[in-house]
Amino acid sequence: MSAATTSPVSEAPFRLREFHKFEAAGTRFLYAVPSGAIFALNAIGEDILECVQDRSPNGAELMEWLESRGHQRWEAETSLLELEQSEVIAHGDSFADAPQMPARSFPLQRIVLNLTNQCNLACGYCYEYSADKISKTDGKPKYMGMDVSQSAIDMLIKESAERPSIHVTFFGGETLMNFPLLSETVRYAKDKSAEAGKSVEFSLTTNATLLTERIADFLAEHRIGVTVSIDGDQELNDKMRVFHDGRGSYNIIVPKIKMLLERHRTNSIGARVTLSSGVSEVRRIYRHLTEEVGFRAVGFSPATANPDRLYHIGAQKMSSILGGFEELAWEYRDLAVAGRQHGFTNANDTLKELHSGISKAYPCGAGLGLLGVGTAGDISLCHRFVDSPVGKMGHVKNEGIDHSARNTFLETHHLGARYDCHTCWARPVCAGGCYHEAFVHYGETSAANLHYCDWIRGWNDLCLRIYGEISLANPSFLNRFNDN
Amino acid sequence: MNSMRPMNRKARRVEEAVVAATGDVQALQKRGGEGKVYYPMGCTLNFTPGWEVDVSGGTAGLCQPVERDLFDCYLGCGWPAQVPDHLNNAPNWTDKCASAANDWRNVDIVYP
Repeated sequence: MSAATTSPVSEAPFRLREFHKFEAAGTRFLYAVPSGAIFALNAIGEDILECVQDRSPNGAELMEWLESRGHQRWEAETSLLELEQSEVIAHGDSFADAPQMPARSFPLQRIVLNLTNQCNLACGYCYEYSADKISKTDGKPKYMGMDVSQSAIDMLIKESAERPSIHVTFFGGETLMNFPLLSETVRYAKDKSAEAGKSVEFSLTTNATLLTERIADFLAEHRIGVTVSIDGDQELNDKMRVFHDGRGSYNIIVPKIKMLLERHRTNSIGARVTLSSGVSEVRRIYRHLTEEVGFRAVGFSPATANPDRLYHIGAQKMSSILGGFEELAWEYRDLAVAGRQHGFTNANDTLKELHSGISKAYPCGAGLGLLGVGTAGDISLCHRFVDSPVGKMGHVKNEGIDHSARNTFLETHHLGARYDCHTCWARPVCAGGCYHEAFVHYGETSAANLHYCDWIRGWNDLCLRIYGEISLANPSFLNRFNDN
Repeated sequence: MNSMRPMNRKARRVEEAVVAATGDVQALQKRGGEGKVYYPMGCTLNFTPGWEVDVSGGTAGLCQPVERDLFDCYLGCGWPAQVPDHLNNAPNWTDKCASAANDWRNVDIVYP
């Protein structure tokens, strides 16, 4: 019968540790940092936190306060111990453990193959070809060859170590401009992964201009997940997504997308909207893409741009975009409470991360479980850094992954080294944000994306409130997030 | 936990860790008021002399009369004991037994 080992009766004052408080459906919650745990507070929990926050009491004072509020002594003692062990309150000297560095032999899970660096569109905001481009494709082949893609697959299988499943993402330029290689690579990867006893999954991103029925059937046969870049109705899409002669792409792609949605039902097909200063009406875009075009999943992302660019989204516009996100997120809540799925993938993705209680040491998998490969076989941090001098990490045919460069990157980009993030409650889900975004804004991949901080906190607070409401009204809905 | 309820998967893992570090066996006991005195309700969980047997393994040196077991098993114990259960089937079993030491003969057999 072990009794409590820590005496709450101590002279050291209690203090709050890191967490974010929020309220949903009349219940108070806390989001613990850095663990990412979400708790609903009971009455005694609320009283303890209120007293600690307002009075910094020592143990005796706290017990006295709680008894005056009608709580039993044993209940108060147990609760104090729980909150201390959960790292919600502390007394005396206690500090959060520093984030752990990952194992040096972190196994690879996914590669992104840039099948070509050519594109038949000339979207104004494209990070590969716009004014902010960082890739240097001079002297690189326009199209990847089979020798490079096979070496990349071999490398992925070898470097994935004990992982039972691997993932290949096809990217560009415009991915489908090199469909012959895509189809050959799919077959090669299936054969090789079967030999290695692993399962393999595929996905691709496309602008949909080159889709044909034959391609759609191939994608369906091999269960290839598809992300289609499209920015909304014709007026909005054609502002930025144009051919080289300036013609809009909307009228070309929409019939092809409808054909794809009709023929390909073995994996998800999502729309990816790039928001820019003239294209920011989130709800209008979502309505159009789901109701008129037929997508069941739509995700939004602001264009990465130096603040000097005309299409850069300023702070005021970002705030109105968050308003649009909020409208869709509450719609998501309404459907979730009724047990139905909403197609706003930004909300879905964040809720999934909150459900697992993710606590990131890195903002994404780049350099960790994911690497990009350029047309010549150069390995890079991710697809956004392909053929850039920044984030270069070896070559698929020559030396393979440059583990020294990779380790150096992981050491210098770890959350522990991002001092700006150390006091932010949103760091378990954000961890500083996109390396490419930081590079374009600040010239450093290791910089925290401070221009997005308020936005990220606003978005995560909103998603926490929605998570709280769903967890009270229809907790079984959240079971769909249990698969990793 | 008393103070809060875990809502996501990470919180449930935290709760498991907290309960493992701070929790106690819950069955057959209740808090004993001030401080951290525990009053075990189940004779099967109690190994101190004074209950079932004394330090020599007999019953001669028990610190309280063995008859007390009758009422402890009957009234206080949730553990299946070899006496009728007070809550459901035999609420009146000891009505004629005001003092176990004197009136134990009045306690009759119960037929299920």
